[in-house]
Amino acid sequence: MEKKNIKGWLYLLPAALFIGAFLVYPLIDVIIYSFEEGYNSASQTFFGYGFYNFGYVLRDRYFLSALKNTFILVIITVPVSTGLALFISVLLSSIKKLRELFQTIYFLPYVTNTLAVGLVFMILFNKTPYSDGLVNVLVKALGGTAIDFINGPYWAKMLVNCVYTIWIVLPFKILILTSALASVKQDYYKAAQVDGTGRFRIFYKITLPMISPTIFYLVITGFIGAFKAYSDQVALFGVNLNAAGMNTIVGYVYDMLYGDSGGYPSYASAAALILFAIVLTITVINLLVSSKHVFYD
Amino acid sequence: MKVVLQNLTKIYPNRNRRIKKDVVAVSDFTFEIPDGKLVGLLGPSGCGKSTTLNLISGLEKPTSGRIFFGDDDVTDLPPENRGVGLVFQNYALYPHMTVLENIVFPLENLKGKDKLTREQMKAKAYNAAKLVQIDELMDRRPSELSGGQQQRVAIARALVKTPRVLLLDEPLSNLDARLRLQTREEIRRIQRTTGITTVFVTHDQEEAMSISDLIIVMKNGVVNQIGRPQEVYDDPVNLFVAKFLGTPPINVFDGEIISGKLHIGGEAVLETPGVKDMPIYAAVRPEGFLPDDAGPLKCSLSRVEVMGRDISVVSTHPAFEGEVIRSIISAENAADISKPEVRFSLKPAKTHLFNRDDEKRIYFSI
Ligand SMILES: Nc1ncnc2c1ncn2[C@@H]1O[C@H](COP(=O)(O)OP(=O)(O)OP(=O)(O)O)[C@@H](O)[C@H]1O
Ligand SMILES: [Mg+2]
Repeated sequence: MEKKNIKGWLYLLPAALFIGAFLVYPLIDVIIYSFEEGYNSASQTFFGYGFYNFGYVLRDRYFLSALKNTFILVIITVPVSTGLALFISVLLSSIKKLRELFQTIYFLPYVTNTLAVGLVFMILFNKTPYSDGLVNVLVKALGGTAIDFINGPYWAKMLVNCVYTIWIVLPFKILILTSALASVKQDYYKAAQVDGTGRFRIFYKITLPMISPTIFYLVITGFIGAFKAYSDQVALFGVNLNAAGMNTIVGYVYDMLYGDSGGYPSYASAAALILFAIVLTITVINLLVSSKHVFYD
Repeated sequence: MKVVLQNLTKIYPNRNRRIKKDVVAVSDFTFEIPDGKLVGLLGPSGCGKSTTLNLISGLEKPTSGRIFFGDDDVTDLPPENRGVGLVFQNYALYPHMTVLENIVFPLENLKGKDKLTREQMKAKAYNAAKLVQIDELMDRRPSELSGGQQQRVAIARALVKTPRVLLLDEPLSNLDARLRLQTREEIRRIQRTTGITTVFVTHDQEEAMSISDLIIVMKNGVVNQIGRPQEVYDDPVNLFVAKFLGTPPINVFDGEIISGKLHIGGEAVLETPGVKDMPIYAAVRPEGFLPDDAGPLKCSLSRVEVMGRDISVVSTHPAFEGEVIRSIISAENAADISKPEVRFSLKPAKTHLFNRDDEKRIYFSI
């Protein structure tokens, strides 16, 4: 028995070492950093422990703007992208002809490089002295005036930000949802059909509960993913997100570490912990809500 | 409500271009199911039983032919307007709903003048549940029920709208042997109480024989024989039907008719007046063998299996088609059987002759 135990631990050792070195140790370090007040990275000294870093971050207007941006992004993109993906998946699974072609088309963005997609969005939305961008051509055709989506007003930038994020996460959600829809047994639909159930009722009463675990999974991972948004914003608005007013929490953490005004691991750690607390809270709320509405076989 | 099927045909076009042949799932099915009867639709896997049922329910559209419920032509009606109750092989109970919610579900779909109040729905659901004796389980989820209980819920759900026709697709195949026996009696009882015309699909001939008023034997989409179970068993029209019904199965020998006598393995074993000389198949029911020391059919004994009241004699014969001959004889005659050679004479009513070419029955006067 004893021997077996040792053997088991030995097998776990390589993985445990890696996890310890690259996950557990940094995590503990982050927590310690966040409580170290007045840390100086040059001399590697600090004054003492306390909550000052959190207070600083929470009063920093760059952090507050990043927090606001992230929340707007999360609140808009998670429901919209999940709903849209569900809508498209239902349509996809109700057509027979060309289904595979459409499935491939919808999946393409997933295997396309983020920066390439960012470039395409620039072409679509960017307004330069030489061209208005494709979207503006449309806006003008509809009788509006051209808007600078990339360097213009806040709401215009946020719109591009949201559309882009939704576009990026859509393929994966469609992929998952179409397979979830396909796994619902046909017999349920046949039984419902014989009983004269309307289309909407079938969707609401049978399809939705049957795929609710998948939807729940997508919502949770969607929330977590959106809270960690950063690279997409860089692809759209460049590295100086504070100047663009489009920074995110993760962006703020990065700036505090490596940005032009960086070199503050304590502030970065505090911001990271605040993000962690937010994600944890949202996930717990999600779990509580879902236990009522999600059906597991 | 009688159900009339008129030249009903269903052809599935073949999507595979290399094989040009279409699948004829049901071919020219004509029959009138009398009102209030329980009909067993019987046949081997893939013979078109489910397709026939789906045609009656309206889930599939026939390629040609018509379907009438009573005098109404329902061929072009969608399933919900036909008034059928359908029970699936795996029950298809909605797993996220309780038993009550499952049974009420069809009623909630009613619109317009048929719309019911909550109380009416609940009352109807409880009536249906009482009929199948599950009214104690109304708050459970399907996953918390045994197979037999789930099956009853499925029947209750099919019955709650008082359908004109009840259709059951292999309703017992997911149950264990004991529960199957119980449940088939249950289905018989429910059918008798409600008097609803019922079509019941199965590939288990014993099941069909035991509870049906009429059985329909199908093969490759073609109806081979329709009749009361005993009639079909006693009087099969072809070798397929003879082989398909009965446990243990019928024993098929290579035989020949020579001057009005059936010869098996060179011996004349039975008078078959009126049949012209030709090679034939001779099929003998297990109960058609009479142990007889002077009997003309000489078999080599393999073993004797005692099954209580009856015994089963297992033997072989050179002209026999299959592996071993199984004959059932009453236990009193068991003492005689111990020698390596066992001799039988054949009961004429239990011996059927079939043409070698088309396997159709050849009748002889007894
Ligand atoms: N949608 C379909 N497309 C093409 N062929 C089909 C389709 N459905 C059934 N078939 C074919 O029609 C024939 C009859 O099928 P059916 O399901 O009615 O058989 P069954 O008698 O119910 O068999 P089982 O006892 O195995 O359920 C089979 O050869 C089957 O392959
Ligand atoms: Mg079937």
